[in-house]
Amino acid sequence: MNAPVKTAKLIKGATSDWEMVIGLEIHAQVTSNAKLFSGASTQFGGEPNSHVSLVDAAMPGMLPVINEACVKQAVRTGLGLNAQINLRSVFDRKNYFYPDLPQGYQISQYKSPIVGEGEVTVDLDDGESIVVGIERLHLEQDAGKSLHDQSPTMSFVDLNRSGVALMEIVSKPDIRSSEQAKAYVSKLRTILRYLGTCDGDMEKGNLRADVNVSVRKPGEPFGTRCEIKNVNSIRFIGQAIEYEARRQIGILEDGGSIEQETRLYDPGKGETRSMRSKEEAHDYRYFPDPDLLPLEFSQAYVDALKAELPELPDQKKRRFISEFGLTPYDASVLVGERESADFYESVLAALEDKARDGKLAANWVINELFGRLNKEGQDISASPVSAAQLATIINLIGEGTISGKIAKDLFEIVWQEGGDPRELVEARGMKQVTDMGAIEKVVDDIIAANPDKVTQARAKPALIGWFVGQVMKSSGGKANPQAVNELLKSKLGL
Amino acid sequence: MTDLTSLTLAEARDGLATKSFTSVELTDAHLQAMERARVLNAYVLETPEQARAMARAADDKIAKGEGGPLGGIPLGIKDLFATKGVRTTACSKILDDFKPTYESTVTSQLWRDGAVLLGKLNNDEFAMGSSNETSCFGPVVNPWRRNGSDTKLVPGGSSGGSASAVAAGLCLGATGTDTGGSIRQPAAFAGIVGIKPTYGRCSRWGVVAFASSLDQAGPFARTVRDSAILLRSMAGHDPKDTTSVNREVPDYEAAVGRSIKGLKIGIPKEYRLDGMPAEIEKLWTQGAEWLKAAGAELVEVSLPHTKYALPAYYIVAPAEASSNLARYDGVRYGARVPGNNIVEMYENTRAAGFGAEVRRRVMIGTYVLSAGYYDAYYLRAQKVRTLIKKDFEDCFANGVHAILTPATPSAAFGIGEKAGADPVEMYLNDIFTVTVNMAGLPGIAVPAGKDAQGLPLGLQLIGRPFDEETLFSAGEVIEQAAGRFTPAKWWE
Repeated sequence: MNAPVKTAKLIKGATSDWEMVIGLEIHAQVTSNAKLFSGASTQFGGEPNSHVSLVDAAMPGMLPVINEACVKQAVRTGLGLNAQINLRSVFDRKNYFYPDLPQGYQISQYKSPIVGEGEVTVDLDDGESIVVGIERLHLEQDAGKSLHDQSPTMSFVDLNRSGVALMEIVSKPDIRSSEQAKAYVSKLRTILRYLGTCDGDMEKGNLRADVNVSVRKPGEPFGTRCEIKNVNSIRFIGQAIEYEARRQIGILEDGGSIEQETRLYDPGKGETRSMRSKEEAHDYRYFPDPDLLPLEFSQAYVDALKAELPELPDQKKRRFISEFGLTPYDASVLVGERESADFYESVLAALEDKARDGKLAANWVINELFGRLNKEGQDISASPVSAAQLATIINLIGEGTISGKIAKDLFEIVWQEGGDPRELVEARGMKQVTDMGAIEKVVDDIIAANPDKVTQARAKPALIGWFVGQVMKSSGGKANPQAVNELLKSKLGL
Repeated sequence: MTDLTSLTLAEARDGLATKSFTSVELTDAHLQAMERARVLNAYVLETPEQARAMARAADDKIAKGEGGPLGGIPLGIKDLFATKGVRTTACSKILDDFKPTYESTVTSQLWRDGAVLLGKLNNDEFAMGSSNETSCFGPVVNPWRRNGSDTKLVPGGSSGGSASAVAAGLCLGATGTDTGGSIRQPAAFAGIVGIKPTYGRCSRWGVVAFASSLDQAGPFARTVRDSAILLRSMAGHDPKDTTSVNREVPDYEAAVGRSIKGLKIGIPKEYRLDGMPAEIEKLWTQGAEWLKAAGAELVEVSLPHTKYALPAYYIVAPAEASSNLARYDGVRYGARVPGNNIVEMYENTRAAGFGAEVRRRVMIGTYVLSAGYYDAYYLRAQKVRTLIKKDFEDCFANGVHAILTPATPSAAFGIGEKAGADPVEMYLNDIFTVTVNMAGLPGIAVPAGKDAQGLPLGLQLIGRPFDEETLFSAGEVIEQAAGRFTPAKWWE
């Protein structure tokens, strides 16, 4: 991966330009009812130590039993990352002492993970895309939680999380800027949410990242990296990378060298600080867990899961572009969140003519609906205008019952008051006037009242726009603009 | 009335069925014997009230004809098995007075079949030892003594309490666990029968783990038939232990007395050690002749990697133990010795809670798994293990049905006799038994004779995976020829 990266964003240092090299380890909590090796619930927010089985508390003689639902989720995720699925993988013990680690080891996968190499295509804001390689994905247990703020002299331990299944998704060091890193995490999160394998809720800690950062002069070999542990928001990931890269550049430009170490990001101070050096690093004494047989399944098992995989954002985006003529940008906006895509799909499903109005619907969802939701700080799940209502508005436009302008008024009414748009149009007389007799009368009146404009328009046909505007105005926006245009052309002899 | 504690398990079962005596009577007889034999230190916890309650319940069921295969039979349970509401310590201070809220699968199957719990039996701390001298409750005394001597002898280990209790008539049978010989060596030292079934035959759920890939539960009894009866109840698939095997449990008792005519019995030349006592050599030859006389064919076989088994075992077992014992950290249960910070608390707790042998093995295990040493030790030991397994597979592929070896390199030794010695000398006790654990095979120890000092000696039969039946058939041939061995009750 030493080839120059096209989209690299170089940082200007005092003495030269620098390139960041970033790799991410994402810990994603598997969506499952029970823990990875016990039947205890994974529900969030229970009373401390209320979701703890004998296995989770590491009572003497307890044994782990793999939860097949978690295996399925890991395989599905691997498929969603276009990755190699390993039909045989091995669980290892990662040994270290900590009060929130009851067994004294974490069951993880070390040498033989369930998922091997894959890749993720990441669209960037500037319209470019990069491909980030996936090194591996493995299953492992989460630890419990130490509570240091409950007693002046003691620490408490909550084991509700202990044993919950995590997927650790390790990227290759293919990322070259904090923007790319943020976009990569968002994309990964979107894929997981499409698959339903992780809810991506970073506030609850269900998705968190260890960020590996190093810097180098372009074209040089990789520098020494530092690992920033447990960053729990996309914004913080970006901030941590920016701070850490500049810290490293500062040291290197002062003639120093980078120590390989583990660091923590402090969002309050906006800085990273050392947690432990390489010398202090744990020796985890990994070895295959003798309580568990190697995890084996057939290709047919994988194929069956593959066949049932939902449409993923990249596929969906391609389909939106090819079927409805959406711009790549609009398609990206729609597929970026599963809920947005689902909303758009629901609108599509209620359209009278998808092929005709699909693109129009996309514009409405993005510009009118998302714009309005953003302005009000509301979530799509709480949208006052339902997909069915929006589809009706678009149907009314598409079939020529209302104009685009009236449609905006109608949207506002539906947003404020609700109701069936079709009935509203009827009841409030918002129907577009297509009665040619009525329109003709308006056109004639305006031509008669403005002889000078008529002369000008005959000399400069573009001035027809002024007449269209006048007609629309006096019809209260209800005249069919196309009909008005044609009528004017013939009356003015254009 | 005959002494109810001198019956075999099968005899007691039949006596209960014919209402010759009740389970309460049988149980009381054993509780009294236990009281008289406390000098043996076989039990670390007697549960007389629970025993009588279970016996009464068993009698009720027997009266209704629902006694079950072990209805009313009083047993002792190695303290490594979790027993619900009954203190379970693995004979380690670190578990303090831990009372599990759960019952191990193996013991729950015994209770399901009607057995009665007499109490918890002594063992080496966390099953680490070959003499039962590492228990935090002190050493167990072997009911056997050398001719004309009152020197206290070890019963072997780690299941020393089980062996001593069964041999002394303090229960009709007992559970044990065997990681490197912990059932077969004490059975041999105490002149009784002990079988380590195939790895995966009995569930490990609820058994305090020593070395997960080697640990296997099995029964102790005074006859081959009795051990067959017990194993049938103990064995079976358990979805809570994914290393247990989903395979039907045969009627092992039906294999007892079955002809061994035509069976091919292998005699492995590598087990003929330099400096092996002539008595052991003689016993081995004698055993082979008995089997031959019963119609078996004897063949010399080669298990070329045998000599690497013990060193490899003492890498694999401590490695797994170092990790398995990490949970005893003073945080959630058991003993805790405070410290100024968490690391100090760990250190204080584990230093005070673990005995010397356990600490030694935790350190060996930690060392062999460390970065930079893993490949040279652990990985290499696992490769050796594969070769040992293949030795046996090749042997069985050549038509051999079972392999006959001595069970131990000597008879029981004196308590404290090996205390000052190199620990390796103690480890050598397992020389004939560890290969079987490394290969995951079943092995039975059957008493076959006595040494010049009057101490029992045992022979071991090693079988094909899940062919415990052949071991019971061939074991009974030796038993019939050698007779039974009962120690004098010098403690009464």
